Amino acid sequence: MATVLERVTKVIVDRLGVDESEVKPEASFREDLGADSLDVVELVMELEDEFDLEISDEDAEKIGTVGDAVSYIEEKTA
Amino acid sequence: MGDLLKLEGKNIVIMGVANERSLAWGVAKQLHETGANLIFTNRQERSRAKLERALDKEGYEARLVVQCDVNDDESVKEAFRAIGEEVGTIHGIVHSVAFAKAEDLKGDFVETSRDGYAFAQDTSAYSLIAVAREAKPYMTEGGAIVTMTYLGAERVLDGYNVMGVAKAALEASVRYLSNDLGKDGIRVNAVSAGAIRTLAAKGVPSFNTILHQIEETAPLKRNVDQREVGDMTVALLSNMGTGVTGEVIYVDGGYHIMG
Repeated sequence: MATVLERVTKVIVDRLGVDESEVKPEASFREDLGADSLDVVELVMELEDEFDLEISDEDAEKIGTVGDAVSYIEEKTA
Repeated sequence: MGDLLKLEGKNIVIMGVANERSLAWGVAKQLHETGANLIFTNRQERSRAKLERALDKEGYEARLVVQCDVNDDESVKEAFRAIGEEVGTIHGIVHSVAFAKAEDLKGDFVETSRDGYAFAQDTSAYSLIAVAREAKPYMTEGGAIVTMTYLGAERVLDGYNVMGVAKAALEASVRYLSNDLGKDGIRVNAVSAGAIRTLAAKGVPSFNTILHQIEETAPLKRNVDQREVGDMTVALLSNMGTGVTGEVIYVDGGYHIMG
């Protein structure tokens, strides 16, 4: 079973077309991974599908880095 | 049964694929099955890249991809000239384009700005008129135009706000355009899609709540998907829709009939 980080990484690599090595917990979606606002919305939707959960707009706004996404999902799916 | 659709080899222009979740992409996939030639227009490089990726993934080949900014008359004219010169006759158009500023979807409708109102109307409703006008010279064999609308055009749905008013104008435009273009054998219809998780829908603040309400209320007790919207759009474009014009057809699991 892949870890949450591995699954999140796969979604990010696939969506943003970045190299896997760039996807570190401290990496910011916008600043480090080059995501624009639409990319962020797409990512949120992909993560909702991958983990079968709903991420509200307010929660989505708080997710700035890869690590934020991972801990949010771990908390929600625990 | 033979080919009831008669779309094979027909030139269909699809406007508004932003990514694989787009309603326009759902239409493209179903149209591909019919053997139609797929022509796409994009506004931004971003959506062009997404489109190319989606095409690659499915192993589809686009007949043509042209840039078109629906907020700009010259761009619309140029795009349809380019398409017409390349393919000769245009047989159908799928208009799946809408935009409103995020600040006009949040908060109270009464606070809608003049600019935001005009921009939503221009992008989401006037664009259909401009497209019909510029495509008409190339629709010499008649054909069909289908646009995408939403229940928010006629009912109040929280958070749909300025887009609801733009969709109301779009639906009225469908009726006036169908009256104008009927004599040229061009039909104009709208598909009112139920709530589907597209990039655009995610901009509507109450979207997740709407999805749950539909599951509970709609006669079919579920939400509809991209394929179902694609199928109805194909039917309207095809030889099976030749008697239908000026209509708004609901693909919403029956949600809109409920009191």
